[in-house]
Amino acid sequence: MSEVLIRLDNIWKTYTPGEPAAVRNLYLEVMRGEVLVLVGPSGCGKSTTLRLINRLIEPTNGKIFLDDEDVTSINASDLRRRIGYVIQQVGLFPHKTIAENIATVPKLLGWKKDEIEARVDEMLELVSMDPATFKHRFPKELSGGQAQRVGVARALAANPDVLLMDEPFGAIDPITRDKLQNEFLRLQQDLKKTIVFVTHDIDEAIKMGDRIAILRDGSEIAQIDTPENILTDPADEFVESFLGSGAILKGLTLKKVRDIELQMVTTLKAPVLRDQALKTISDNNDSFALLLDADDQPLRWLDERALNRTNQPIEKSGRPIAVQLQPEDTLQDALSSMLQSSVGMSVVVDRQGKYLGCCTIESLAKLLVHESPTK
Amino acid sequence: MTLVNKTTKPQFSYAGNLNLIVTPVFAFLLTLLAVAVWNYSVFDQTTESILQPTLLRTQLWQTIVIGIASSLIVIAVAVPLGITITRRGWPRLKNFLVDTLGLAQALPAYGLIVIFYTFLGTGMRTVIYALALFSLLPVLRNTIVGLEQVDKSVIDAGRGMGYTNLQVLLKIELPLAVPIIIAGIRTAVVINVGMAALAFLVGAGGLGETINSGLKLNRPTAIFIGASMVAILALVLDFLGALAEKYLKPKGI
Ligand SMILES: Nc1ncnc2c1ncn2[C@@H]1O[C@H](COP(=O)(O)OP(=O)(O)OP(=O)(O)O)[C@@H](O)[C@H]1O
Ligand SMILES: [Mg+2]
Repeated sequence: MSEVLIRLDNIWKTYTPGEPAAVRNLYLEVMRGEVLVLVGPSGCGKSTTLRLINRLIEPTNGKIFLDDEDVTSINASDLRRRIGYVIQQVGLFPHKTIAENIATVPKLLGWKKDEIEARVDEMLELVSMDPATFKHRFPKELSGGQAQRVGVARALAANPDVLLMDEPFGAIDPITRDKLQNEFLRLQQDLKKTIVFVTHDIDEAIKMGDRIAILRDGSEIAQIDTPENILTDPADEFVESFLGSGAILKGLTLKKVRDIELQMVTTLKAPVLRDQALKTISDNNDSFALLLDADDQPLRWLDERALNRTNQPIEKSGRPIAVQLQPEDTLQDALSSMLQSSVGMSVVVDRQGKYLGCCTIESLAKLLVHESPTK
Repeated sequence: MTLVNKTTKPQFSYAGNLNLIVTPVFAFLLTLLAVAVWNYSVFDQTTESILQPTLLRTQLWQTIVIGIASSLIVIAVAVPLGITITRRGWPRLKNFLVDTLGLAQALPAYGLIVIFYTFLGTGMRTVIYALALFSLLPVLRNTIVGLEQVDKSVIDAGRGMGYTNLQVLLKIELPLAVPIIIAGIRTAVVINVGMAALAFLVGAGGLGETINSGLKLNRPTAIFIGASMVAILALVLDFLGALAEKYLKPKGI
């Protein structure tokens, strides 16, 4: 899967002769099926680089290869029909319905009418929008998030191998944005498109990218690598400062609960008698235990004091479990659930809700210290 | 995903629809008034000779021909011109043209007709060309504005999807500019019909003849009938323009 699909070969772009070039001698390879994120400060040339790929901007010098074909001098409109393009401002055609918007490229490519119709429905379903409800609406009748979805559907309609996305989730509120990002990652798992994704938000880059290219002025690559490697081993001060102070915390979004070693705590299986419970806890030299039901599903935290204090039935004493984690959750989720937990650890369960173990601050810290850069 | 069930009412544009109601009402009332004046005032010999129905019919027809013909020329010239100079690489020509045509409009139409007369002599042609030049600016300006107000990101998306430049123009820019271009055309038509009243100056007839005779011979009834016919004609054409604007405007904007 490490086959190069897009290659920018020593590309230069000078907008105004005499002024510094917006892209200076850029060599960039994009692998088939990967999400490559271009990230960097404003004005460093991210959009320019992206638009060079579908030749909305013509390079001053250098060549661009798509699937080993030199596309620098072929017909630009034909090239663009082969490449999906999502722009920051969405840019839906306001005078065309959602269906017509999505049908744009298939129509240009001369697909048959019924093929196009089927494809429009398929695309709307792909981005979780009900075709019957939305097909005949106009863009002004959509919310911002819906419009973004249609933008993505339109770009994917002719099933291009390559997708260029320029800050596609830029102008959206953080919650919707998070949701669209997740949806997009889910889509990409099935579609396996080759995607070049521009953002100026390092967190988004870390979340979305299989690889990240951190650019500085003139579209010069400061570092290009996987998010993990960049976070744990930034190439230079520029990259470090771009990652910001929270680089380790950002790394938490990349790791999953299954990556850390789970701790086993004392467990009690309901139904259990009070004395039996107290005895088990003290036998294990512990001060608390986790009460499980007959199916091994965690019920409550029980501690000695709570058991001694009340005469409540045992299923009602102790404290409830606020959040349960699953192995696929990120360590960031784990950290926040631990901070909420009464006992400073959180319970991890499998998909069926069965107890697997516990996740503690110590085990998390161990993982982080182990991996943090030695500088 | 939860579907947002946004009830989207059709946008009711006051300005647009008011025009569709007020203009015909106004035209109707003015017609009533003119008919009343015609039927109930006592015409003396002179008035009678000015307001001969056959004369009026010819003059009305001439006014319509002048107004429509000059407007058609304006459309045929200004719209393509506006399109051409908004293509990339023509910004200077654009400013030059807008400024020059601004000057043409600053001249009184009267002066323009006289200038054309010195070159073309008498006749309808003279008036038609003069008026076409006079009302070129509103259409040209609206064509330029209409094309330039199209959201750059929409054009960008179109090009990015693989539309050729011609397709971007025909499928995106022009449809989105249509309402503004038609508004300019309406202005031009009203100007042209109104100014066609000056056609008599170079012997091209029109309802101006009646108004002029009424003025010279001091016959207010004749002036009123002539002037209200011009006004009704202008109102009716403007109403047709408003209808065109409403139905040619792409849905969704
Ligand atoms: N059409 C243009 N004409 C002249 N200069 C341009 C043009 N487009 C971009 N530039 C310049 O090229 C440089 C790179 O611009 P570009 O839009 O690629 O930046 P960017 O990284 O996408 O920034 P942002 O994050 O703000 O979108 C900037 O200095 C910009 O001023
Ligand atoms: Mg940009």
